[in-house]
Amino acid sequence: MAGLELLSDQGYRLDGRKATELRKVQARMGVFAQADGSAYLEQGNTRALAVVYGPHEMRGSRSRTLHDRAAINCQYSMATFSTAERKRRPHGDRKSTEMSLHLKQTFEAAIMTQLYPRSQIDIYVKILQSDGGNYSVCVNAATLAVIDAGIPMRDYVCACSVGFVDETPLADLCYAEESVSSLSVALLPRGGQIALLQMDARLHQDHLEALMEAAMTACKGVSKVLDEVVRQHLQEAAVLNVCP
Amino acid sequence: MAADMRLPRVRKTLSVSESASHRRDLVVPGDIITSDTGFMRGHGTYVDDDKLTASVAGEVQRVDKLICVRPLKTRFNGEVGDVVVGRITEVQQKRWKVETNSRLDSVLLLSSVNLPGGELRRRSAEDELTMREYLQEGDLISAEVQSVFSDGALSLHTRSLKYGKLGQGVLVQLSPSLVKRQKTHFHNLPCGASVILGNNGFVWLYPTPGQQEEEAGGFYTSLEPVSLADREVISRLRNCLLALAAHKVLLFDTSLLYCYESSLQHQVKDILKPEVMEEIVMLTQQKLLEQEG
Repeated sequence: MAGLELLSDQGYRLDGRKATELRKVQARMGVFAQADGSAYLEQGNTRALAVVYGPHEMRGSRSRTLHDRAAINCQYSMATFSTAERKRRPHGDRKSTEMSLHLKQTFEAAIMTQLYPRSQIDIYVKILQSDGGNYSVCVNAATLAVIDAGIPMRDYVCACSVGFVDETPLADLCYAEESVSSLSVALLPRGGQIALLQMDARLHQDHLEALMEAAMTACKGVSKVLDEVVRQHLQEAAVLNVCP
Repeated sequence: MAADMRLPRVRKTLSVSESASHRRDLVVPGDIITSDTGFMRGHGTYVDDDKLTASVAGEVQRVDKLICVRPLKTRFNGEVGDVVVGRITEVQQKRWKVETNSRLDSVLLLSSVNLPGGELRRRSAEDELTMREYLQEGDLISAEVQSVFSDGALSLHTRSLKYGKLGQGVLVQLSPSLVKRQKTHFHNLPCGASVILGNNGFVWLYPTPGQQEEEAGGFYTSLEPVSLADREVISRLRNCLLALAAHKVLLFDTSLLYCYESSLQHQVKDILKPEVMEEIVMLTQQKLLEQEG
């Protein structure tokens, strides 16, 4: 490892967190009036905006129509100014195509698509500021947007990344920590089902269990925060809706 | 030209009262509503391990043994008899596809429109070829829901003189849950304009027609210039609708009219300013309460 001490002897990380501590999560639902559902979410310095349209009639190629369930269309993008160096990413960037596919798989597991045959649900996510854990932040933001759109889901989908440093699992990695071997998990917390598990780096088999355990705990922590946001939003909206 | 500018402000947080913050009937996806198997599963719920679980965030509604969860915001769920305003998206054989803010595009069959030239007329092959002359892509129509298909798509009809193609006017798209169900959704307001409050949240504002056009079958649209006074009334009504929607006030003829009356002391463009909006909506709500009791 190049010089950087990711976990100090006292057990603190670069940004002063403990090993299992999450970054601060702040979120708001219903940020756009035009879309069916929308949400903004910050997790530490990573910020994402998610917008959901649908379920609506199939647009574009009719051939993608599924006759027994809704098709989910995800699009992930990063703002030009989201990273340290400005970078224009015209759509079609390989990394974002892959990310879109992962998001699609995640939400196909959670949304009850069989209720809307022959329709389409669009989920657009944009990273406004990137500081690690882009996939997890996108999933969390998109979950809130889907709930805001009133689309039936089995459960929340919560995602979190976990890294492994000095025999210790670190939860919710920031950009500087992402160089270590890490994995991202998207979890349906109540049932403990895994919607997506992604690992790009090498890791000894013996450590996997500890890492998974830490990831599950972190996801459940995220789900608590999201739950609070949704309930708060629900109460505010219910107060405004004076009439039945 | 003087431009109106304002600085960013801290968002007003609603004070949720104690009684409201402990409402038991608000659920989020994954919440278990009941583990009693004696209940029936309605919209917005699913059964997981014999437990009735919510799948959307919203309010639990219980009718006898049926439990539903109604989300706060969704797309339009049409029922037979609903008045809708929609836009033609496609002309197909014997049918038009209409976008009505529903989950799937609605269908308007050639056999469920009144063609010009009398009620009792067979639909011939020529009619199929000239469908685009009656309604083409992008046209707005008002219609009624005739039936609901098994996949949730709506079938519309315009078999009455009050339905048909819409001419000059303004379309406002709002949330379907804001439109109050009423006996009639067509209103000629005394302020000089007419309104169609579609159940699907599409509201059509248009100048009150002078006299009923005869025998046009609802496909005739007037291209006469609309007077400035009428246009001003329509713009004011539009801004009033947006103000009411921003404060989640149910929309029906009386609420719109009261809002219009309250807004008269402001310029049309000023109605959209947040503070003016708040004031107007407050006045409207007051008038509505007075009228009720």
